[in-house]
This record gives sequence, C-alpha cells and structure tokens, in this order.
Amino acid sequence: MQQLISLLVENKPGALMRVAGVLTSRGYNIESLTVAKTIDPTLSIMTIVAEVGDDGRDLLIKQISRLVNVIKAVDLTDSRAVRRELVLIKIYVEEARRAALLTEAEIFRARVVDASPEAYTVEATGSPDKLNALIALLRSYGPIEMVRSGAMAMARAKQNKLPVPSYTEAALSEG
Amino acid sequence: MAMLSGAQILIESLVREGAEAVFGYPGGVTLPIYDVLYSHPLRHVLVRHEQNAAFAAQGYARATGKAGVCMATSGPGATNLTTGLVDALMDSIPVVAITGQVPQALIGRDAFQEADTFGISRSATKHNYLVKDISELSQTVHEAFHIAVSGRPGPVLVDVTKDVLLSKADYSDEQAMMPLRGYRLADEPDADAVERAVEFLWRAERPYIYAGGGVISSSASAELVRFSELLEAPLAHTVMGLGAMPTGHPNFISMLGMHGSYAANMGVTECDALIGLGVRFDDRVTGRLDKFAPGAKVLHVDIDPAEINKNRRADLGLVGDAKPVLRLLNERLSETRATLGRERREARLAWMEHVREMKRDHPYVYEESTDEIKPQALMRKLDQISGGEAIVTVDVGQHQMWAAQHLRFNHPRLWQSSSGLGSMGFGLPAAMGAKFACPDKTVIAIVGDGGFMMSLPELGTIAANQLPVKVIVMNNNTLGMVRQWQQLFYGKRYSEVDVASFPDAALLAAAFGIAGGSVADPADLDEALAHAFDEPGPYLLNVQVTPEECVYPMVPAGGAVDEMILQPEPEAAEAVAGD
Repeated sequence: MQQLISLLVENKPGALMRVAGVLTSRGYNIESLTVAKTIDPTLSIMTIVAEVGDDGRDLLIKQISRLVNVIKAVDLTDSRAVRRELVLIKIYVEEARRAALLTEAEIFRARVVDASPEAYTVEATGSPDKLNALIALLRSYGPIEMVRSGAMAMARAKQNKLPVPSYTEAALSEG
Repeated sequence: MAMLSGAQILIESLVREGAEAVFGYPGGVTLPIYDVLYSHPLRHVLVRHEQNAAFAAQGYARATGKAGVCMATSGPGATNLTTGLVDALMDSIPVVAITGQVPQALIGRDAFQEADTFGISRSATKHNYLVKDISELSQTVHEAFHIAVSGRPGPVLVDVTKDVLLSKADYSDEQAMMPLRGYRLADEPDADAVERAVEFLWRAERPYIYAGGGVISSSASAELVRFSELLEAPLAHTVMGLGAMPTGHPNFISMLGMHGSYAANMGVTECDALIGLGVRFDDRVTGRLDKFAPGAKVLHVDIDPAEINKNRRADLGLVGDAKPVLRLLNERLSETRATLGRERREARLAWMEHVREMKRDHPYVYEESTDEIKPQALMRKLDQISGGEAIVTVDVGQHQMWAAQHLRFNHPRLWQSSSGLGSMGFGLPAAMGAKFACPDKTVIAIVGDGGFMMSLPELGTIAANQLPVKVIVMNNNTLGMVRQWQQLFYGKRYSEVDVASFPDAALLAAAFGIAGGSVADPADLDEALAHAFDEPGPYLLNVQVTPEECVYPMVPAGGAVDEMILQPEPEAAEAVAGD
C-alpha cells in the first residue's frame, strides 16, 4: 500500500539522496517526494509517498531514522494528517466553453493563473482525491497538460510527535 | 593558530583523532597529502591495491576497536575502496576513508580520474562527506571518527577536493564538537524494561544465548560470560561473535547457523527462550526463518533499533549498547536469583546438561587420512600452534568455516572474518592491518587458494615492511565452497571452479623476497608448520589439502537449521572418490 512519510532532515548536500537511497535500494517506487526548508533554514521537511509492503513499513521508518542527517521520521499513513497537493493544469479549451469551465473550476476553488487565445492555465490545491476529480472534469473541455507537486502532509496538532521519543522508548513500545 | 594547507590540516586532524597508521595509495589529486606525509611522523603503509587498504584498515580496527584509516585518490582509487567499505558496513567495523576529489572547478566535467565518490559511497558507508570548503575540513574529520566508532560502528568516507587540499586556513587542534542533530545514540534502557527482561530470563526453562559481533564492538566479553554464568545458560556464537566467550568455557557450545555445530543448531531449535545479543538474525544463521527457534520467545538486545523485529519478531526488544545493558541485567539477575524456583532450576540444569551432551556426542568430525592432508586436520594443527591466542584472519569459503569450527579463541578481537559481505581477498590484507595494530601477537592469515590470488599483490606490502605475518594457503585447487554447492545442489556439474595452476609457493615468495614453501604429505605437515612459525619474518605456506572435501554440518540455504546435513552420503562420497 502507499505509505506516507514525513521527515525532518538537516538541509545538507546529499540528505535527499540518502533518504531516497533507503527506498530505492529496497526497490520501492517513490510516488512523490516534496522537500523545502523549514523556518530554521538549516532544516528541511520532506514528504514522501511510496509503495511499501505492510511488513516493511516499520523497518523503513527505522532505517530512514538511522541516517545521520535525519532528525525525525514519522509514518503518517494511518493518521488523519492534513494532506495537500498543488496542481497546474493547462486546458486547450475553445472560446465558447470557457465560461462553463470557469464555473465548474470554481466548485474546486481552482483559479485561472494564465490565459491565452489557445488555453487557460488553472491552479488548484487540495487533497489528491479532490485534484483527481478536478483533472477528470477538466479533461472534458479539451486536451490538457498538467504538473502536480506531489503530496505534502502535516500531522494534526495532537498527533505531533515532537519531541522525538528516544530510541529506547520507541523500540520498547513496539517490542 | 597557525596557517596550514588543507593537506596539512587533514593529516593533523587524523593525528588528533588518534590515527596511528594510514593504509593508502597515492594518486594525482592526493599529491598534496603525500607531500605532507613525506616529512610527517604519521605512519603511512603503502598497499598494492586500494581495496586492500580498506581491508587492512579493517584488520587494524577489528584488532583494536579503534577506527582504521585508509586513503585513496579520486576516481579508480575511490572506486577500488568500495568493496572494503561495504564489507565494513556489513560487519559494523569502524573505518575512516579519505579520498581525494578533482578540483571543484572540474567536478561534473568528466575530468581525468573523476568519479562521483560521494554518490558511489553513499550506500557503502554509514555516512559520507564531500568537503568543498577548507573551513569545514578539520571538523568533518572529527565528525567522521565520531560517527565511525560510536553507536553501531561503521565506515565513514571523507572526499576532499584538491583545491581544498591546496588552499590555506587557520588551524587549531581544539575543535568544538558541532551537534550532529540527526545522530542519536541509544540511551540506556529504562528500569522497567530491564525488569521485564529479568522476568523473561527467569521464566525460561530452556534459555539459549546467541551472541554476535555487537558484543565484541561493545567490549562486553566479561559481562557476557557473567551473564551466561548467572543464567546457567548455554551460549552459541555467530561467526562475528567468535572469541567473545572463550572457546573453552563450559557454557560455550560452538558456532550456530549454516555450518554451525549439531549442538548449537539443535539447541536453538529446542530452546524456549532465545536471547539474541548484538546479532541481526542473519539468514546464514537462521536458515528458514519460521523454523528457527520455533518454540522460543525472543529477547533481542541490539544497539541499532532497526535490527529489532527486522527478521525475527522480538517478544522483548532492548535497544542499547551490549555492555551497559548486560551490566544492568547482571546486576538485577544476581539480586533476583531466588526468583528461580527449585523446580525450574532443575529443569534448566537438565537442559544445560542436555546441550552439553549433544556437544560431546556430536563434535565436528572428519575422516583422518595418512595419504593427504585433511583441511580440518590442518585447522587442528594451526589451533595447536595458536593455543587460542593468535590473531587469525580468514577469507571466505570452506577454509573460513573449518577455521571457525576448529580454532579456539581465548579472547575477543582475535578472529577476523568478512562475515556479512563475504569478500574473498579479505584475509591477507586484514592480517597486515592486524599486525600493525598488534606487533607482538602472532598473526595468521588462513586463506583459500582462490582468495589468495585476489590478494596476492599484498605480498609486496608484507615484504616491503617485513611484516611477520604467516600466510597459510589451504589449497584444494578449487573454489571449494562453490564446488560444494555444485556437488550437493547442482548435480555435480562443476562449472568454472577449477583454479589449478597455483604458483610454486617457494618461488613466488622468493620472488617477493620472503620465505615460503609447500607441503602436501601429512607426514611433513608438522615440520612445514614449525618451519613457517620459526621463521622470524613473513612466511607463505601452501598446504595442499584433500581437493574434494565438503564442510559439514551444512544447513541447505533456506532449510531449517535442525535439518542439517551431518556428513556426506555414502553414495556421494563414492562418486567423489571415483571422479
């Protein structure tokens, strides 16, 4: 199944490669990966969605946690974490249908960020499911091009596991 | 504060971290380092191939527990190190590797001898660095040593660009440790966890201790012996663990796993409580996982949380360094001894006796011969010479397993084997590193004829340094372990395992300027060995052994450990004899 992992890492060269390496060396395909600096510019947060077998999930988190540049790794797969994604969609839509497109896009709170005689480009954010629905809808207006950011996730306030539990506690609670 | 070049800062940093010897090979971009070494007291040992620099650094590290240091130039130098680094990673051996990199201005332009060392070594190391700023060099070396030796030890690589080596900066040997924010070391387990473990240990009727390399890394031999004595429990070692408990201790059974002893494998199958200490439930130990210790509850102690529940689910996992964990457990065990009722104590003593009986009734057996030297007989002779006190390094294959079965080790850090990665060509260079670390100890490299040919150029290093290492080639003119599998599982279709045309050892040794010889007749073996060990300098002894001998017991890969093959089937033996 798809595993959702949130990571706090040191913003250092090679950190992304190390994390991705743990996944790729096990043959897991990374569905999406986003990374950007936190308020503290020496740290970054990564969100990874990857196809991981159920029995490999705990081990993967521990093996990522073991990396010297990783400060914290949490598995948000089964949590009610907030998940959002950004999509840019360019629709080659004929002039006559543009008004209808705008009305429907509004339902998804998508907005036009570029317009030209050939196409509209709309931007939308939301859960991956919502964006899938939007994309399906817009395809009925004409050929589309799109770019998706991949999921970002944030644990809800009460789920936030900071401060990081010590290794000892973590292992015992699982053992 | 003094202005030093990057190369000087690098060498001074190595000295500051306690490096006594660097095993290396120079090249274009490391010229500035070698220019510093030209007039520096730090000892550099010029090896003949970079892979052997990494193995020799491991030999040093395995003998001492301190980080071994190796050095190579960019490109091929760095890629040649890789096998030795992965090997150190698999066996958790502290190694610091220094590599030169092309100048920053040339990186990414396919410069001469450029390779993406930082990328290539990522999965070969515990951690790695690319230093592009001289101001970070000293601190990086400090971190590299810290990461290599602390926690679960492992190799760390520091790649330094040539322009950094040539530039100048202030250097002071007092370095503030920058916090490594993502690098956490295991805490001591809390009291509750220890209590649960103690309860677990007293509840067992048939406890069995399975101890590995983590005990040696942690220097916890004394605590381990005490633990086994307090519990009155039998103890088996992994290949990595040999020597942690002295072979002669009455509680010691032997090695367990694919070529482990009958008693060790039956013991683990029958036990009701399995205590794994510094082990990783490797497939060569467990065989078929669901048949491994099938009736046992498991207590697993390891410094690396990722090892707990990795292969075998632990009923109780204790994350921590073996030494403090065993100390805490021993303390509580001696205080709570009364918890063990008389009935259970009697059951346990009966269990211990049962395991000892199995050990007595099923020693490692082989057929004696007066016509040819049996490889096991060679190991017995070497064991007599060592008396459990010599450092013994091995390669990988049949000789490795026979040595593990037949040699005694009275102390930890005497036995060196590429156990996880299984790299042929390890033994000889590891022996060099061990000899530099422990010049007063007898160092024996027991290698096969296959692995020896992979490490052959290091006879040059041994000769140049007059390193009194005894290289014993167990020569069966074949890649014996591969051949064994072909015999047993591939219908005796012996494909590409014939490595005859082994050189004349006396001539070969003489060509390098060292002493050497060969022996094939069992009647001459004692004298040949005496000659080799009486020689004050290095010695290369080629021992022709029975060519078609298999290592037993053997658990077929993926089989259950209690279904081991104990000896050759009569039919198979005949067929071999008729070959």
